[in-house]
Amino acid sequence: MTRKQRLVVIGNGMGGARLVEEIVSRPGGERYDITVLGAEPYGNYNRILLSGVLDGSYCPEHIFLHPLTWYEQHNVRLCAGRAAVGIDWQGHRVQTADGSWELYDCLVIATGSSPCLPPLANLVRKDGQLIAGAFTFRTLDDCQAILAHSSRARRAAVIGGGLLGLEAASGLVRRGLEVHLVHRSPHLLNLQLDAAGSAILARLIAEQGVQLHLGKETVAVLGQDRLCGLRFSDGSELACDLCIIATGARPNTDLARTAGLAVRHGIVIDDDLACSVPDVFALGECAEHRGQTYGLVAPAWEQARILAERLTDRASRKQYTGSVLSTRLKVSGLDLTVMGDKEPASNSDEVITYAEPARGIYKKLIVREGRLQGAILLGDLPGSVPAARLVQLFHRGDPLPAHRAELLFPCPTGNKQTLSVADLPDDTQICNCNGVSKGTILAAARAGKRSLQALCEATRAATGCGSCKGQVQELLVLACEGEVAEDPAVHYYVPAIPLTKPELVRVIKERGLRSVSAVFQALADGKEDPASKAGLASLLKTIWGKDYQDERDARFINDRVHANIQKDGTFSVVPRIYGGVTTPEQLRRIADVAEKYRVPLVKITGGQRIDLVGVRKEELPAIWKDLGMPSGHAYTKAFRTCKTCLGSDFCRYGLGDSTTLGIKIEKRYQGIEMPHKVKLATAGCPRNCSEATTKDLGAVAIEGGRWEIYVGGAAGSRVRKGDLLCTVDTHEEVLLYMGRFMQYYRENAKYQERSYDFVERVGIEHLRRVLVEDAEGICERLDREIQAAVEAYVDPWQREAEQPVTSTQFSQVLEAMPVPLGAGD
Amino acid sequence: MKAPLSPGAVCYNLGHISRIPRGEGRTYRLHDRLIAVFRSRNDELFATQADCPHRGGPLADGIIGDGKVICPLHAFKFDLRTGAPLGNTCPQLHTYPVRLDAKGNILVTVDDS
Repeated sequence: MTRKQRLVVIGNGMGGARLVEEIVSRPGGERYDITVLGAEPYGNYNRILLSGVLDGSYCPEHIFLHPLTWYEQHNVRLCAGRAAVGIDWQGHRVQTADGSWELYDCLVIATGSSPCLPPLANLVRKDGQLIAGAFTFRTLDDCQAILAHSSRARRAAVIGGGLLGLEAASGLVRRGLEVHLVHRSPHLLNLQLDAAGSAILARLIAEQGVQLHLGKETVAVLGQDRLCGLRFSDGSELACDLCIIATGARPNTDLARTAGLAVRHGIVIDDDLACSVPDVFALGECAEHRGQTYGLVAPAWEQARILAERLTDRASRKQYTGSVLSTRLKVSGLDLTVMGDKEPASNSDEVITYAEPARGIYKKLIVREGRLQGAILLGDLPGSVPAARLVQLFHRGDPLPAHRAELLFPCPTGNKQTLSVADLPDDTQICNCNGVSKGTILAAARAGKRSLQALCEATRAATGCGSCKGQVQELLVLACEGEVAEDPAVHYYVPAIPLTKPELVRVIKERGLRSVSAVFQALADGKEDPASKAGLASLLKTIWGKDYQDERDARFINDRVHANIQKDGTFSVVPRIYGGVTTPEQLRRIADVAEKYRVPLVKITGGQRIDLVGVRKEELPAIWKDLGMPSGHAYTKAFRTCKTCLGSDFCRYGLGDSTTLGIKIEKRYQGIEMPHKVKLATAGCPRNCSEATTKDLGAVAIEGGRWEIYVGGAAGSRVRKGDLLCTVDTHEEVLLYMGRFMQYYRENAKYQERSYDFVERVGIEHLRRVLVEDAEGICERLDREIQAAVEAYVDPWQREAEQPVTSTQFSQVLEAMPVPLGAGD
Repeated sequence: MKAPLSPGAVCYNLGHISRIPRGEGRTYRLHDRLIAVFRSRNDELFATQADCPHRGGPLADGIIGDGKVICPLHAFKFDLRTGAPLGNTCPQLHTYPVRLDAKGNILVTVDDS
């Protein structure tokens, strides 16, 4: 076995510690003996929460991410309090403050940054220390020194009106001090906010009790042995006995510079996070990438994740290409999130603003080429789109709703549940299938499950019906302060193959892959991921139709035996009853079967059919034969049923013959495979007794002999009224447009994406353009493909009742015989 | 090859391997218990307890691949070789030694001692 690689990390702050955490949690991490040199004598703590310690909302011991024992458990050697003082990169070694040398194979510099002191007269004493009463605000020691001093102080000044200065000022107010905030610019947070937002923020900060001195430049500190005031460039003075300097930070680059590494403002790194000399990397606030240094945690964590992947997985070619920034001000009672640009860059940028200065609300969005380019979100506006959602749109560069107002105010037909998840109490159950609470999800995210997939796997949230996935995603964003691992896997069609549906379809067609095993062979090194099989089977059937090479093991059990598995391992049998219209003879046959096989439960379904529940696998073929009816496909991702109302023949309100239409629809599209189940209904008048507007597809008769076609309705784990696709004149046109929609849905929806999510994702306007106006010129092809699917349909019951696919297809339990001792072979 | 059996061990003949289609599983009754036996697409065999520890789902009806089974009821996943739960907190599945005899019959050994 080869020797372990010695990895030395200089710096145990937010960046260095995250790197170590990422490495030890990955396969390949065991290749390293890790040594961490930390200047501070602690385990790793969450520096972001120092403002929380200052304002009293956290105890210092609660902000530790990893106590010293964590390092022991993970075999990481932490030298806390033993700072690095020199790097000999030719000799691959680091010298520490005690004079000893640490050898390395790979070195990571994560030295962070230090407070940038303004050139104030009398601020620094002869011994290099700050005058008593003046503090920087960067470390836990700083924080504790401020707290110790504040108990004796009466009047505090904070120099610097940036994020840190505001948090410090607010914290001291909450500690009961009189607080003055001095800022050189006339605008608070001038780097992040425009003038209008800054003015509203200034009022809110003042209301919290902070006295503002804006556009005021401090020139000197007053006092002999201890600070007693500040003097400004206009000659005025302010008496104070505590002063926090929060005027920015500069990267800690001395070590790198002395060692001869390329350093500009920060330590220069390339897209591999590598420095200018071999085997040395840098990340976090000390590093400069493409001319940019970052002062927030998110880029440091992103860099740590990428570097960890590169170090643990030799095959990885992952690169760091820079970060887009969003941040939230952590001042209690104040809700401010900023991201990206604060002003439009050109006339073609769109600016959306909403302001209620009196209530402290200011929202400004910059949209460039249809993507969110920047935003200022100040104040809590109940019912508005949560900031977390906009942060997500910003980071992902997702397309935006056509109605820009919906960026701020959700459309009322949208999923209301997802809007207020941030405001819900922690014990709220988010995943109603697995009973997972908001608190559990947040805790898991904070404990390191930073991608949607990891979070869902850890908590089982969203692994049932999946309807809460959006909320889980929002909680993830919320918990991670925008530091969400963009999980490319969420865009994959199936987990095992890193391709989106369109990419996968293209490759499958190009390479002529006609079976699930052929896809695994070609695209997954032959590794047959069980969680990917059924999705691939569905896709291949849709792509190849009758040329699909079926492999039964790729099917879910329901599709192997054409019945729906129940909690006790028995099955349910739902014969097709077209349009819910039956006959005495049919009912008699069903009754006879139920008696003959002692079916435990006979149930009328919501789809106007009859369900025989609790049937053993062995009995399925005989029951199908006795019924002599086709499968109702109540077990699979396919066209299920078309529910109808009485229509015009008998109903005194009926405007259109919904019953005949429903039967025609069901006869034509029965059993056709879809990305998810598809349930339809037809209604003979707008009273909508068959609930056609909340079905995946619905047709509603209106006065004048016409039919409205609705798509994307839902009345399940969420409720959504379908969108009107078009209004037509005849049954034949209803059949045509419904089929066209189904084919488009088959080709473009993700596996297990219900029609209502699909319609919302692509938008009804788009669907109208493509399916009604034929803007892409594909309607004729769609009609042809769905026709082919209709023609390829064979009822599986009558086929396999006569001829099982294998001898044990319908065996519930096989018997085994004990073998006499010694007769085994 | 014949594995030495301890006194409490019983060997069962589950019949010919062809009764389990490639890539699927079947449930077998062994005197006092049910077990699930799986045959991978490359003819590897696995034997585990028949019911999922979560809610008793019939594991033999699950989709398998890459040495794992996914329970058909709630998609809990397990390692077929070790029985270890994957991404869930269920107890480990009981597994049984399984092999083929010269005629292609599946032999499973149960040893409760």
